[in-house]
Amino acid sequence: MARKPRRTSAVEKKLVGVADVVITAAQRYRDPTLAIPVRSLSNVTFNERKGLLEMGKRRQARSFFNVGMAKKFMQTVLVADALCELQRADLTTSLREIYYRTKHTIKNSHENTLDTQDESDPLIEDLEVTLETLREELHVRAENAGSVVGPLVLVDDGDRVDCARLGKGGYSVPSIVEPEYLQIKKCTADFVLLVEKGTQWNRLSEDKFWRKYNCILLTGNGQPPRGVRRLARRLHEEKRLPVYVLVDNDPWGYYIYSVIKQGSINLAFESQRMAIPKAKFIGLSSGDPESYGLPRNVGIKLNDKDIARARELLSYTWFQKKSWQEEIKRMLSSGLKYELDALANKDFQYLTKKYLPRKLKEKDWLD
Amino acid sequence: MGGMRKSPRTQPTPPPPKPAVSAVEMGARQREISVSEFFTKNRHLLGFDNPRKALLTCVKEAVDNALDACEEAGILPDVVVKVEAVANGDAPPPASQASRFRITVTDNGPGIIRQQIPPIFAKLLYGSKFHRLRMSRGQQGIGISAAGMYGQLTTGKPVQITSRTSARAPAHYFEVQIDTKKNEPQILEKKQIAWESPRGTQVTMEVEGRYQKGRASVDEYIEQTIIANPHVKLTYLSPEGETKEHPRTYHELPPSPREIKPHPYGIELGMLLKMLQDTKSHSLAGFLASDFSRVSPRLAEDICKTARLSPRARPRDTHGPAPETLYKAIQSTKIMAPPTNCLSPIGEKALLAGLYRQIKGDFYTAVSRPPAVYRGNPFVIEAGLAYGRGPSPEAESQEKKPIPLAEGETQQDDAELARVIRYANRVPLLYQQSACVIYKAVLDTTWRNYGVAQSRGALPTGPMVIFVHMASVWVPFTSESKEAIADYDEIRKEVTLALRECGRRLGAFLRRLERADSEHRRRNIFELYIEEVVESCNRLKGGRLPTAKLKEQLQKMALKRTGGEKTDELLGKNGSGPEGLPHSIIVTPEGIEGEVPVLVGEASGGAVSPNGAPKEDEEAGEPSRRSGKTRHRAKGKREAARSPARARPRGKA
Repeated sequence: MARKPRRTSAVEKKLVGVADVVITAAQRYRDPTLAIPVRSLSNVTFNERKGLLEMGKRRQARSFFNVGMAKKFMQTVLVADALCELQRADLTTSLREIYYRTKHTIKNSHENTLDTQDESDPLIEDLEVTLETLREELHVRAENAGSVVGPLVLVDDGDRVDCARLGKGGYSVPSIVEPEYLQIKKCTADFVLLVEKGTQWNRLSEDKFWRKYNCILLTGNGQPPRGVRRLARRLHEEKRLPVYVLVDNDPWGYYIYSVIKQGSINLAFESQRMAIPKAKFIGLSSGDPESYGLPRNVGIKLNDKDIARARELLSYTWFQKKSWQEEIKRMLSSGLKYELDALANKDFQYLTKKYLPRKLKEKDWLD
Repeated sequence: MGGMRKSPRTQPTPPPPKPAVSAVEMGARQREISVSEFFTKNRHLLGFDNPRKALLTCVKEAVDNALDACEEAGILPDVVVKVEAVANGDAPPPASQASRFRITVTDNGPGIIRQQIPPIFAKLLYGSKFHRLRMSRGQQGIGISAAGMYGQLTTGKPVQITSRTSARAPAHYFEVQIDTKKNEPQILEKKQIAWESPRGTQVTMEVEGRYQKGRASVDEYIEQTIIANPHVKLTYLSPEGETKEHPRTYHELPPSPREIKPHPYGIELGMLLKMLQDTKSHSLAGFLASDFSRVSPRLAEDICKTARLSPRARPRDTHGPAPETLYKAIQSTKIMAPPTNCLSPIGEKALLAGLYRQIKGDFYTAVSRPPAVYRGNPFVIEAGLAYGRGPSPEAESQEKKPIPLAEGETQQDDAELARVIRYANRVPLLYQQSACVIYKAVLDTTWRNYGVAQSRGALPTGPMVIFVHMASVWVPFTSESKEAIADYDEIRKEVTLALRECGRRLGAFLRRLERADSEHRRRNIFELYIEEVVESCNRLKGGRLPTAKLKEQLQKMALKRTGGEKTDELLGKNGSGPEGLPHSIIVTPEGIEGEVPVLVGEASGGAVSPNGAPKEDEEAGEPSRRSGKTRHRAKGKREAARSPARARPRGKA
C-alpha cells in the first residue's frame, strides 16, 4: 500500500502538539488551554469568490483548571492520545471504537473517563477543527454508505477495481478515499451524476444509463457521506469532470445539493477539500412537473417543517442567486414537493429514457 | 305492579299473566337483617377480603384493643403477639404453607370485668368508643368481634379470652361465639382459672389465613406500630418461630386524651334531631350550651335568636321546620374551634425516637402541626421523614468502589421510590394507599424543590421513608375496614403543610451535604484528572516524558487554584467527613443548625426515675408521665446506641 509517510507524520505531529500544549503551559505555570474553533452557523461565512462555506475565526478556550471544563479537557487529551495511537499503528477505526478505546475508570474513583459515545464524538470533531485535519486523515471512518458504477478503474488496497464490471451493484465507496488509500487509475467518463436516492441510482444502473451517456453514477443514499463527497470532488478535480446532482424536489434535496456544492455548516472547515463549487443542480426542479407533464396528484403537500426549512434556505447567503430564489419560491407557492420516484408515474424507465436525456440535451440545470 | 287491567271490549284475549308473587307473599319475605349476617356476607367491608389480609386484620384488631385499653387505664403497654400455624389434621405445616393460624395477643392492661367479656368479643357494634368523642384506635366496636366472627366462620372455633383485673381478683376464662342471627354472644365455656399474669387480658382466635412476609404483612404491621408507638413494649412470636422483642424506647405514656362533646359544626341535621330528643336539658338554649362544645349560654341565646326560636322552648317539642332553621342558624354563627386537648399526638420527640429506632438513615426529622378542624372534629397531623441508607451500607459501598460502571448505569441506583407509611390514631394503615389523602398529599408535594427527584404523578425517588400520622377524635376512613383516610380539604392542607416543613428540612440537609460534596469534588477533580492527562501526554510523547515533573507542576497549580491547605481545613479533611459533620444528622425543631447535634438520646437510655434507679416499668403500675427528662446525647454515644446492643434498654444492663 502506497502511503505518503510525510503527510501521516504531519497529522501525528499535530496530535502530539496537544501534549505539548499541556507541557509548555505547565512549565510556564499557566493553565493549559486549547483554542477550539466554534462550529455553528454564527461562525460560518460564505466566500462568494471561492463559492464555498468557510469557517470563521471565532474560537473557544478549553482550559484544564476550570471546574466546568476540566473533564472535557482531560477527555480531549485522551482522545488525541487514542487517535495518535491509530496513526502510529496505521489503522483506521470507527467513532464507536474510539469511545471504547478511551473509556476506563479513573484511578481511585468510581468515575469513568467517558460515560457515553455522545461525549467522545464531538471531541473528535473538535480535534479535527483545531488541528485542521480531515476525519479521514485521523483514520476515523464511517460506514460505507455509497455506491459507484461507471467507466472508472480504481485501485483499493492494491486491488484493481473496474467499476464498469461490477454488475448492477457497483462498488461500495469506502469512507476514506484519500489518494493514499484509493487511487484513480483510469477514468474515461464525461461527467459525474450524483443521485440522492439509492432507488433511482439502481434504476439508472440497471438501465445501464452510464454506458449510453458515458458517465459515472454515484449515490450516497440520502445525505452523501464524506467518502462519496470526497470521491466526487476528486473526480471533478483530478479528471476535470463536471458534476451533476439529482435530488428530490424538496428543501432537503436542495440542501443536499448545497452541501455538495458549498460544504455543510457543521463541517464548514472541510469544504476546502470536499466542496465542488461548480456542481450543477440537474433536478428535480420545481419547474419540472410542468415542463415534463407530471400530474399534480403525484406531488406531496409541503408540511410545516418543509416550509420552515425552505424559508431558511431562502435566507442563506449561498442561495441568493435569482434563479435559486425563484426555484424555491416556486416550490413554496405550489405547496407541493415531488420525489424522484414520482417520475415512474409516466413510465418505469422515464427517468432513464426521457427525463435525463432531455435535461442533458437542453442543458437545463441550475448553478 | 298489581294486576293488569283488562280492556273492556276485547275478544277472548289470553288471560292476563298471574303476578308471579303477590304483595302478601312479598311482605312475608321481608325481615330484619342482623348486622352480623350483613357482615358475614360482606366481610371485605371489615378487611377480611382474602386470607392474607384477614390474618393481618385479626392481629391488628386485637393489638389495637390491647393498646387502647392499656393507655386508657394509664398503663405503659406490654403486649405479646403470637401467631402460630395450626394443623388441619397432622403436624402443623410450615408457616408459608399453612392455611390456619392461631393468634394470641396478651396485654398487661386493666383487664375486663366478667360480665362484659362476652359482649365485647361476641357482639358486633358493642363498645365504649363509638358514642364518645375521644381519640382512640378503635372507633365503632366492630373490630375484635368481627375478627372473632371471621374465625368462627372459617374454622368453627370460638374466641378464647382470659382476663384478670387485679392480682387480688381471679382470672376468668371464656369461650364465646357470636349468634349471627341475633347478634348476641353465646357462651360455650366459662370458668375461673389460675393465670400467671396479675393483670391483663389474653385473646386467642383461630382463623383461616395466609402468612407471607413483605408489603402489608403482619411483620410490617408490627414494625410500623413500633415506630408510632415507641412507648409500647412489644414481643412478636412469628409463625416461623422467631421471637422479636421490641423494647420500649420512650418511657412516657402519651398524654391521656380527653373526651369532648360534639362541636356544632360537626353534626348533621339528623344528628341534631336525635340530640334534641335525647337531651336532658329543658330549654333549647340549655341544650345548646350543655350538649355541645364551645357554645356558651350567651352564644346559645344568639343562635336561638338567629333561628327565631324561643331559647326557653322545650327541645323535645322542636318539630317541623324548626330544627332545620336551628341547624342553619348554627352553621351561620361564628363558633370557636373545638378544644384540642382531646387529642394525643405522638409528639416530635417520640416520633423521632421511633423513626430512628426502626429505620436506617442519615437524616430524620419530625413535625407536629398545630391542631386543626374538619367538620367540627379536631385533628392533628404529624409527619416525619427518614432519609438515606444509614452509615453501614455506605461503608459497604466504599468497599465496592473498584467496580467500574457500565454505560447507562449511574453511581447509585436511585430508582427506588420513597415509602409512605400512614397512621391514623397510631394505627398503621397498610392497604389502599392510593385512595388515602396522605398518599395524595405526598404526591402533590413538589419534592423537587427540596432536592429530591420525583417524576410526574409519582412518589419521590430516593432512599426515603415518609411518615404521616393523623390523630383525631374521629378519623374519616373511606370504609369500615379502616384502610384509607378520606380526602377532606382541611386534612389534605394540614398534611401538605407538614410534609413541606419536613421537605424544607430535608432540603437544608441535602444542600449541606451537597455543598460539602461539591467543595470536595472541586478539590478532587483536578487531582483525579491530572493523572489521566499526564498519562495521555506521556503516551503521545512516545513514553519519553518526565511524568513526575509534569505531574508535580500541575499539582502545584491545582493546589494554588483551590486554596491549598486552607481548603483542607475548611473541608474538615481530617477524618471526620465533609465539613466535620457526622454521617447522620438529626434535625429537630429545636436545632436545625445543630452542630454535631443529636438529641433523641433517650432512645435507649431509659427514663430515669427521680431517685436515679433504673426504672422497671411493667409492674410499677404508675407510669412516669412526663417525668423523665429527655437527655441530649453526643454523637459517639449515638453510634453505640446503634449497635446490636441497642435492642436492650441500657438501664437494664
